[in-house]
Amino acid sequence: MTAKTSYLTSTIGQKQVVALSGLSLSLFVLAHMMGNLLIFVSPQAYNMYGHALVSTPLIYVAEAGLVLFFALHVFLAIRLTWLNRGARPQAYAVSAKGEKATHFVQKTLLAQGLVILVFVILHLITFKYGKVYWVTYDGVTVRDLHRLIIEVFSQPGYLTWYLVALVVLGLHLSHGVSSALQTFGAAHPQLTPLLKKIGLGYALIVSLGFISLPIYVYFIY
Amino acid sequence: MAGTTGKTLNLKLRIWRQSGPDKEGSFVDYEAKNISTDASFLEMLDVINVELVKKGEDPIEFDHDCREGICGSCSMVINGSPHGPDRGTATCQLHMRRFQDGQTVVVEPFRAKAFPLVKDLAVDRSSFDRIIQSGGYISVNTGNAPDANSLPVPKENADMAFAAATCIGCGACVAACKNASASLFVSAKLAHLALLPQGQAERDQRTLKMVAQMDEEGFGACTNTGACSAACPKEISLENIARMNRDYAKATLKDRKTSV
Repeated sequence: MTAKTSYLTSTIGQKQVVALSGLSLSLFVLAHMMGNLLIFVSPQAYNMYGHALVSTPLIYVAEAGLVLFFALHVFLAIRLTWLNRGARPQAYAVSAKGEKATHFVQKTLLAQGLVILVFVILHLITFKYGKVYWVTYDGVTVRDLHRLIIEVFSQPGYLTWYLVALVVLGLHLSHGVSSALQTFGAAHPQLTPLLKKIGLGYALIVSLGFISLPIYVYFIY
Repeated sequence: MAGTTGKTLNLKLRIWRQSGPDKEGSFVDYEAKNISTDASFLEMLDVINVELVKKGEDPIEFDHDCREGICGSCSMVINGSPHGPDRGTATCQLHMRRFQDGQTVVVEPFRAKAFPLVKDLAVDRSSFDRIIQSGGYISVNTGNAPDANSLPVPKENADMAFAAATCIGCGACVAACKNASASLFVSAKLAHLALLPQGQAERDQRTLKMVAQMDEEGFGACTNTGACSAACPKEISLENIARMNRDYAKATLKDRKTSV
């Protein structure tokens, strides 16, 4: 009656892959957010940063890694959520209130993830594979992403959708970052409460940093 | 009567009734009248059951044994919370003074695929026993109690092991978890051995086997919501789940038979 042990089919093993890919993606969004902030320096700084990124062959390695992590994260999270739903075939008539309640952010992780998935696909279509304008700085012709950004975020529809998606990303990170650390086994009476705060701070910084760009374009630029 | 407040209250109860595992179940409304605020929740159900028996009806089935919060038998979800609204309390230690006169109280069984319903509020928790059987023990003969200090155990480890060992295996963690995960139970049962010298020899194998059995039983995965620890009558810490996760990864790397 000994059950077979296998890391990648075990719940803990799968959770650890979700956690690892999630943490990697968290680092990516932080880097992406910081890159975006160059728009506050100048259109040239913003465009040259984008140009520098796509000019290095390392971009293909980075992109492949991102696609892999994203796919693993989405696939395993959906698979585990499916398993989790199956572990309680009959739902409770009443849900807990007060101290024993589960936070809505933690109950809606899959829904948040699906919003982010749709967002990422549309985001790539809008920008990476979107309209191409060119601009020349000191004899170097680069893609004028700045112009596209201004064009897109001047539309209230895009602004609203981005605000919604980025708040959802913030909620996802607010649970995800510290949860991933717990999944790896980081738990400490003094450090864990601090890591939880760092996770929340991380989510807030990433999401507000991202939000600053469309807000700036729509209301100030 | 000495030591009682003499206060009573009335409640509207909605209790899950299901005559058998394969039968259709539904909520049935009951009126609980003149219940002493000093009574425990189970004693309140006893009063209802006495009336049901007098009327020739089937009494409400629920598990109970010690009624002093240490056996882990009582297992019901009261207004959405396993063991009711209070922290660190089993249903048998939940007192009626915690409720308001005229309040509606919904009582459901623990819901999990791995805890199949037996009848009404009673569920079969033998999946927990099978997890323990898969490795939650020390198989070598440890002999008589050793002389004090012949086997040094750091005070902190002894305290943590003891805290984990207070788990009474009631299953409230599973009932509270949105995923019906047994991680808190399994991690407590791993921790009380993993933190002591006697538990080291089989530590890796024990972790691998008990986690495999936990998955086999059809419990969900852990999302680190902490609902388990909040519902736990013994307030077992989430730190144990972290230790289990860490030990599981380590054991996978060290085990020469693990497959990917």
